Amino acid sequence: MINVFTQHWQELLVGFGNTLLCSVIALFFSLIIGSTFAIFEVLPYKLLHIIGRIYIEVFRNIPLLVIGMFFYIVVPQFIVTLDGFTAGTIGLTLYTSSFIAETVRAGIQAVDDGQMEGARANGLTFMQAMWHIILPQAFRYVIPPLGNQFINLVKNSSVLAFVAGFDLMYQGDTIASTTFDTFNTYIVVGILYLIITLPLSYYMRYLEKKLA
Amino acid sequence: MKKLKALLVLTGMLLLTLTLSACSAESTQQNALKRSQANNTLTWGVKADTRLFGLMDIKSGTIKGFDIDMGKEITKRVLGKKGHAKFVQVTSKTRIPLLKNGNIDAIIATMTITPDRAKVVDFSKVYFAAGQSLLVKKGSPIKDVRDLNKDGMTVLAVKGSTSAVNIQKYAPKAKVLELEDYAQAFTALKSGQGDAMTTDNGILFGIASENPSYHVVGGAFTNEPYGIAVDKQQTQLKNKIDQAIAEMRKDGTYEHLLQKWFGGIAGFDLKEASQQ
Repeated sequence: MINVFTQHWQELLVGFGNTLLCSVIALFFSLIIGSTFAIFEVLPYKLLHIIGRIYIEVFRNIPLLVIGMFFYIVVPQFIVTLDGFTAGTIGLTLYTSSFIAETVRAGIQAVDDGQMEGARANGLTFMQAMWHIILPQAFRYVIPPLGNQFINLVKNSSVLAFVAGFDLMYQGDTIASTTFDTFNTYIVVGILYLIITLPLSYYMRYLEKKLA
Repeated sequence: MKKLKALLVLTGMLLLTLTLSACSAESTQQNALKRSQANNTLTWGVKADTRLFGLMDIKSGTIKGFDIDMGKEITKRVLGKKGHAKFVQVTSKTRIPLLKNGNIDAIIATMTITPDRAKVVDFSKVYFAAGQSLLVKKGSPIKDVRDLNKDGMTVLAVKGSTSAVNIQKYAPKAKVLELEDYAQAFTALKSGQGDAMTTDNGILFGIASENPSYHVVGGAFTNEPYGIAVDKQQTQLKNKIDQAIAEMRKDGTYEHLLQKWFGGIAGFDLKEASQQ
């Protein structure tokens, strides 16, 4: 196990870095996109509501691997060449954003109606009330399920291994298949994933305690 | 108290890992030949994504190819006429782990004999002499492996194959992307994710025969002798397999199979492939 570390730390470091980078990018954008579609869902406009519904149902119900492959194989044939890392990260962002949208929507709907009515009565516009009054409360409600989504996102970033995105899993695959030390390699890869997800998990728990 | 708990959990996890490692070390040391004779079944690891060698026929749901026919023929000679050959799909990445954990008895899956691999598995005599080559779109400026040795060139290979390692030797400046299997690597080539795809010529000819806008260029730049792999210490099974291959070469069955699968492929040298 130590051998895998000492002999292949460079490859593992590259993989670790790419997994971390992909996760951070996907986390940031999926949070923005997800929240936007969550707001679409609660707006009183029917058209936006339908668009939001379609987006969420499409990306939530297709396997991540299929979405990743679509951006790696199909998009380059017709639109623009994307390398494995970009294709995988886009796929991961869209996939996760649909789950985040559902989570945030539930949070918004959990905030008492009176909050919006009160804010509007005090002269705030709909968007102002959403931004200053509703969303802060909504996010507080959904920190635990959101934390789950973030952890899933880090683990799902292993989809990059299938589109040659040079992430941790990809590097693990290549190390395992050149050294034949499959068992120890995947244990090391598992530990490296834990190094990302465990602190994340504890941080989300800390936030939950602090804010709730 | 909290710290103590965390420490306990960590120690527990570590212990679990160690136990698991110990289990894996004590691998299946049974006699594979005796076991397969008892079951009257020899389980082979074969490719299912490789035209001419082992390709899943979607209509019939069975795998067909040169490796499959070889496997069936060898099974008959090892276990007797009524011997049953069972085929399990493997990829370059999964074949050695599956052999090691006893899921399959032998690998016949376009597997090159290399010194590194010979440290973990035992190989039979050569049953197919392949060589690594390149597949490119017709009209591509790439004529041989030297054209790939430039910055900005991307080569597509398959995880766990010797070609992925070799290409880094022959074209160190090129970027190598490793994909899951041949079908994916070729699809990636079609979508422009790389300038060329590299693997053994037999496999590339198989792809080119189905996709006329692609062709094999540059000839073979390495020797890739294919062997059948069995787990270490399974010498009895290995000897039986060697004997079967020798018989097949003698009585013409081998040549017949080679002709059946590769006879109609333009640019393919049957003599070269049957070298021992």
